[in-house]
Amino acid sequence: MTGLSSKPSYLRVAGIAKSFGDVAALKDVSLSVNEGEFVCFLGPSGCGKTTLLRVIAGLEPQDAGRIERGGRDISSLPAAQRDFGIVFQSYALFPNLTVAGNVAYGLSRRGLGRAGIAARVDELLDMVGLPGIGGRYPAQLSGGQQQRVALVRALAPAPGLLLLDEPLSALDARVRVRLRQQIKALQRRLGVTTIMVTHDQEEALTLADRIAVMNHGAIEQAGTPLEIYRRPASRFVADFVGVMNVLDATADGGTARVGARTLRLSDGTAQSGPVHLCIRPEDIVVRGVGAATVNAVSARIETLEFTGPFFRATLRLDGGDATLVADLSANDVSDLTLAAGQPITVVLPPDRLRLYPRET
Amino acid sequence: MSAVAAAPARRSLDREAWIARAAIAALALALIVTVALPLYALLSRGLESKAGAFVGFANYAAYFATPGVGRAVVNSLVIALASTVVTVSVAFVFAYGLTRSRMPYKGVLKAVALAPLLAPSLLPGIALVYLFGKQGLLKSLMFGQEIYGPIGILLGEAFYCFPAAILILTTALSLSDQRLHDAAVSLGASRWRIFRTVTLPGARYGLISACFVVFTLAITDFGVPKVIGGWYDVLAIDVYKRVVGQQDFQKGAVVSALLLLPAVLAFTADSFVRRRQVALLSARSVAFMPRPERMRDGLLFVFCAVVALAILIVLLTAAGASFVKFWPYNLELWLGHYDFDNKDGGGWRAYYNSIEMALWTAACGTAIVFLGAYLSEKSNRFAAGRMAIRLLAVVPMAVPGLVLGLAYIFFFNDPANPLSVLYRTMAILVISTIVHFYTVAHLTAVTALKQMDPEFEAAGASLGVPWYTTFRRVTVPVAMPAILDISIYLFVSAMTTVSAVVFLYAPDTALASIAVLNMDDAGDIAPAAAMAMMIVYTSAAVRLLHWLGTRGLARRSQAWRGR
Ligand SMILES: Nc1ncnc2c1ncn2[C@@H]1O[C@H](COP(=O)(O)OP(=O)(O)O)[C@@H](O)[C@H]1O
Ligand SMILES: [Mg+2]
Repeated sequence: MTGLSSKPSYLRVAGIAKSFGDVAALKDVSLSVNEGEFVCFLGPSGCGKTTLLRVIAGLEPQDAGRIERGGRDISSLPAAQRDFGIVFQSYALFPNLTVAGNVAYGLSRRGLGRAGIAARVDELLDMVGLPGIGGRYPAQLSGGQQQRVALVRALAPAPGLLLLDEPLSALDARVRVRLRQQIKALQRRLGVTTIMVTHDQEEALTLADRIAVMNHGAIEQAGTPLEIYRRPASRFVADFVGVMNVLDATADGGTARVGARTLRLSDGTAQSGPVHLCIRPEDIVVRGVGAATVNAVSARIETLEFTGPFFRATLRLDGGDATLVADLSANDVSDLTLAAGQPITVVLPPDRLRLYPRET
Repeated sequence: MSAVAAAPARRSLDREAWIARAAIAALALALIVTVALPLYALLSRGLESKAGAFVGFANYAAYFATPGVGRAVVNSLVIALASTVVTVSVAFVFAYGLTRSRMPYKGVLKAVALAPLLAPSLLPGIALVYLFGKQGLLKSLMFGQEIYGPIGILLGEAFYCFPAAILILTTALSLSDQRLHDAAVSLGASRWRIFRTVTLPGARYGLISACFVVFTLAITDFGVPKVIGGWYDVLAIDVYKRVVGQQDFQKGAVVSALLLLPAVLAFTADSFVRRRQVALLSARSVAFMPRPERMRDGLLFVFCAVVALAILIVLLTAAGASFVKFWPYNLELWLGHYDFDNKDGGGWRAYYNSIEMALWTAACGTAIVFLGAYLSEKSNRFAAGRMAIRLLAVVPMAVPGLVLGLAYIFFFNDPANPLSVLYRTMAILVISTIVHFYTVAHLTAVTALKQMDPEFEAAGASLGVPWYTTFRRVTVPVAMPAILDISIYLFVSAMTTVSAVVFLYAPDTALASIAVLNMDDAGDIAPAAAMAMMIVYTSAAVRLLHWLGTRGLARRSQAWRGR
């Protein structure tokens, strides 16, 4: 994983392994994070995201591997010396301290003085749009407010790295979207290097500068949201991020056979043998299609659902051997007067087809 | 943003790690010295001759060859079994009434059911003598039988063990699932069938647990048979006689090892049962809400009221006897029985000693227990030390007081032991009492700590705050209700305990409970009742203060303890 920007890498993690008894939670994980970057660990529940975050934070000792910050080995430093702020999934706000007491908790040893601390607390609470709630207790706040207090508490000592463990998962959908934007804006403004754990692909795609997709304790792919979405490196990533059509096919150099059809693949594809042939629903083309267009396939519209921004169509390929899901714009549907039960010819553009090896 | 100096933090961090390690090491060492080594001394002494040579099980063989020993063993088993059957059956119905009915005055009834906790186990014996003895008011109810002997012991143990059974059974019965009841009712099951197929299986583990606990309490108790046992020999009295009367420590060690056996068995079975019960409960969801039912509520109320009345009669008899000139012949109000200074047994000094001992036990015990539980549960340093604390903290539960007292004699009265300076001091009374009641206090603290967010420590650490600061500013305030519970439990237990300290006191450190024992021994029964009641008044007053205090605390912390 090479840094794309010219900024130096701030955090480097190499060869991390960690087991709990027989469970291998992390297997040889390597990654580097650039200064000021926002990185998301994305993966299904139980894949080791929290464990990796806790290892980086120094809350969980790794079995093997090395962690460096700014070129300095911090593998065995305890949490408090790593200069990292953490927001926990449960928030872990101290219930017996006021909001101000919580936010000031990490400030007392920094020689700011009483007035300095109070000023910093007010400034931080203002920053997340919670002015004047310093005197309240966590139990008197809503979930979204608690979340922001936890965020501000972690940011108070001005840490070099901010670690967020599923910070939005306990909130309802509307609050989640609003806080997502707020976190992003705050991160931009402070320029603080941030790692966030999430199992929500939409959250990762909208927030992250770079995403590390994890599965079974390993990083399957790391890259920008666009890279991850457009060029998933594995069948798992393809499935996990966004919606993907999967057809069983047999590749042979530049072509692939799906049932009786032969589809052209993008130039330079040299794979052979059994494969999964994948295409995103929005990459299926319905306009300007003739029988002679490359990779045109004829099908029948089985269902056509209106979802708001677009129509989702289920297409059964002629020959009855496979179905595809296609996202069609409202214009496509009205211009072409599409309806369920109708025959249709669609194109699967070669440069949008992705191949992954298939076990037989 | 990362320009925060890390250098000064580093030094304090190394220091905090060392403080944690040192605290864990100190606590583990303290438990080794006060739990493991004395028990080792006791068990090894049973295998030695008087001169200290290793003789294997010769002492055991000699003990069992002694005439009358077989009878003491049988008597102990019979009494313990009978007490278990009686206590657990009555307590089950009582607890059923408290949890599964809508009978009136539940709060008062429960308070009365738990009142025996406030009294030393000598008190029921004394009260029973007043009630059923040679001049007893209710002697006619004995139909010519003697109260001194198995009947008296049985009644006394039932009084003494009742609260323990009630606590276990109300917990078990209150954790039942409404859905099962609804299902059974909707299937048209009869009331008896519901009881048999839903209620009993649900409370099964609680019942088993209560049986084990009561059996252990009854077989190892010494206060009741001492006062009212008469000619009926039991093992607990045998240890006392051999050690205090005949100074035969080897045989005392042998009997202690025997007493350790049922207790260890009961403890093992009980912890197994508890684990099963926890697994059972985690799947539960809807709490049971009894519906009013005239007949059932009425019958249960009558039953519970009769039981509560019996408990009150025992307490009031002791109180009454202590306030009148000569029960039951001269009922003139008289405070002369409280003139302890003119009796043998230690006088008022003994009472003040008890207060002092209980205060020290509550203060030091609570601090040690809570810190130990915190470090063993929440720290991540010095794993071996934390493991030692966790293991040794649950051992005292399986060690009867008498056995602990004897073990302390063997360990601390050894001139080769530098700690022998503690022998016959107030300090050793405090230490033995803390150890005696360590397990329940420890488990209370652990439960409270487990209910806290497990990330508090991590949050504090990630903010660069040392663990002891987070402990002081967050953990202790949040756990304050549990800490108060522990301190009250230790205080009241220290006021009422007899069994361990009876081997360890010196003339100038005699305690109130021991004064009760000695005055009763000397035939001063009314003053013994008076002193026993002093213990009850004090424990009750402290409980009341605690109740008022926690209410105040709850009001003050209402703001942060939830909406
Ligand atoms: N303290 C622990 N003890 C034992 N197993 C653990 C512990 N923490 C995590 N695991 C296991 O490690 C794996 C990864 O867990 P985690 O990192 O929490 O996953 P995620 O955060 O991605 O949901 C899981 O199988 C989990 O059961
Ligand atoms: Mg997680």
